[in-house]
Amino acid sequence: MSVDVGTVRRIASLARVKVEDAQAEALVGELNNILSWVEQLGELDTEGVPPMTSVVEMELPLRADAVTDGGVAEDIVKNAPDPSGRFFTVPKVVE
Amino acid sequence: MTAATDMTLAEARDRLAAKDISAAELASAHIQAVEAARPLNAFITETPERALEMAQASDARIAKGEAGLLEGIPLAIKDLFCTRDVMTTAGSHILDGFHPTYESTVSANLWDAGAVLLGKTNLDEFAMGSSNMTSYYGGVENPWKREGDNRKLVPGGSSGGSATAVAAHLALGATGTDTGGSIRQPASFTGIVGMKPTYGRCSRWGIVAFASSLDQAGPMTRSVRDAAILLRAMAGHDPKDSTSVDRPVPDYEAALTGDVRGLKVGVPKEYRIDGMSPEIEALWQTGIAWLKESGAEIVEVSLPHTRYALPAYYIVAPAETSSNLARYDGVRYGLREDGDASLTEMYEATRGAGFGAEVKRRVLIGTYVLSAGYYDAYYNKARQVRTLIARDFQEAFENVDVLLTPTAPSPAFAMGEKMDDPIAMYLNDVFTVPASMAGLPGISVPAGLSGEGLPLGLQLVGRPFDEETVIRAAGVLEAAAGFDARPTFVTGS
Repeated sequence: MSVDVGTVRRIASLARVKVEDAQAEALVGELNNILSWVEQLGELDTEGVPPMTSVVEMELPLRADAVTDGGVAEDIVKNAPDPSGRFFTVPKVVE
Repeated sequence: MTAATDMTLAEARDRLAAKDISAAELASAHIQAVEAARPLNAFITETPERALEMAQASDARIAKGEAGLLEGIPLAIKDLFCTRDVMTTAGSHILDGFHPTYESTVSANLWDAGAVLLGKTNLDEFAMGSSNMTSYYGGVENPWKREGDNRKLVPGGSSGGSATAVAAHLALGATGTDTGGSIRQPASFTGIVGMKPTYGRCSRWGIVAFASSLDQAGPMTRSVRDAAILLRAMAGHDPKDSTSVDRPVPDYEAALTGDVRGLKVGVPKEYRIDGMSPEIEALWQTGIAWLKESGAEIVEVSLPHTRYALPAYYIVAPAETSSNLARYDGVRYGLREDGDASLTEMYEATRGAGFGAEVKRRVLIGTYVLSAGYYDAYYNKARQVRTLIARDFQEAFENVDVLLTPTAPSPAFAMGEKMDDPIAMYLNDVFTVPASMAGLPGISVPAGLSGEGLPLGLQLVGRPFDEETVIRAAGVLEAAAGFDARPTFVTGS
């Protein structure tokens, strides 16, 4: 499988990354090189092999469904690029 | 008497306990070393005032007889660990000005043990790279140079700043993180010890996430003993990381018995790759001979899926990258571009300007392999291959206690080399990625010099949570190698 410039644009849009025209052209070659290199996994018969979900055998821990943190609104917005009081701001989305 | 910056962490600990040197003196000597080494670009943020304050507090605790495990020890912290009120960048433009309001669990453990923060070290952007050249803050220079060649070399990556800080005697130890080799490969390139513990040994909470099923923190030091001391303080269960394991943390230093008689050391035949450099092969054979002479039994083992580990990694890691890096949206922290456009345009502009070329490549590859129609062919296939790789190791460890391999396929290369071919750069991690895919503990020990006078490391890999055997064998390897070469930056010649 290989990607063309349209596919690169589509992926970039899914990933919400702005890609300039010249960059998109260059990425076609770069991504195809990587994708054709990983194609070699196709040589392996993996029929019936379970996909790894956890690298270390362990049971997922459970805890009580209780509030353990909070009351730190100032901390949460402290690093926001353009906060308004205790709120994050985004460009207007409703006309 | 050894200069304050020439001691090992263990020596400094013992001299602090004997009140032979004060934590303040030790901190001052290292602060000066950090300032004098600025051309190496090892640090993104220096914290000299905080270091002195922490050292004074350490001296007070030592006076009261309340010293912790790392009391007064000056450390460098990879700038991937969130540190409260100290800028944390992950080497990326997109985290511009980020000052965490919380502390990562691993660094908090270090401060609880009495350690002193010298500053935050440079790294490949979001820890994605093997040269430190992808950092928004510029490359880091390796303190080593080739004989008769003045070109600047890379320290490896992604923990390149931490590796240089330790190798150039700017810190007694440093934290690194290792996703596919980011502690072990730079340790090999700079002639130091670097250990990636078992996945789950150290908490990932507060470490900027790259590939969550692989990321693991570990120590970078100038001796195996120092790595054992530092790991003990870093490790431990943390309820805030559901993948951190609730097991007691052993005294790893006690594992350094110097005795490997009867230990079964596996030598995986598939690591003898095509085109392997003769000096790497020779070093590996020398390492085998050292362990054999020390009484270990050498056993050839087979890890048949080794060659598929790297391509599988370059599906799994980018997939997790695309998911983890979705949080950088220009709204909650860091950079924001084109805030007056539409919401989607703002996201795209922020991420387009904020991510560097390698990060973008991985986000795009990851998005592609997770997208409808490709998920099974790429992502699920890679996870199946990962199962096969882990099984290879499980079977090998039925017959052996530890594996010995080279750490990296080459010594350090010059800044700018391998930059135009991502796959050539990825191949740096060919010997380290398989253990990462299986979550296993691995250590790189400096074992010799290349023909050009550059350090080369050997890697030991152990069973899950058996860091002690890895450390024990590493101690014997270290003693046999007697590696005492010093980098050009330190000797000044």
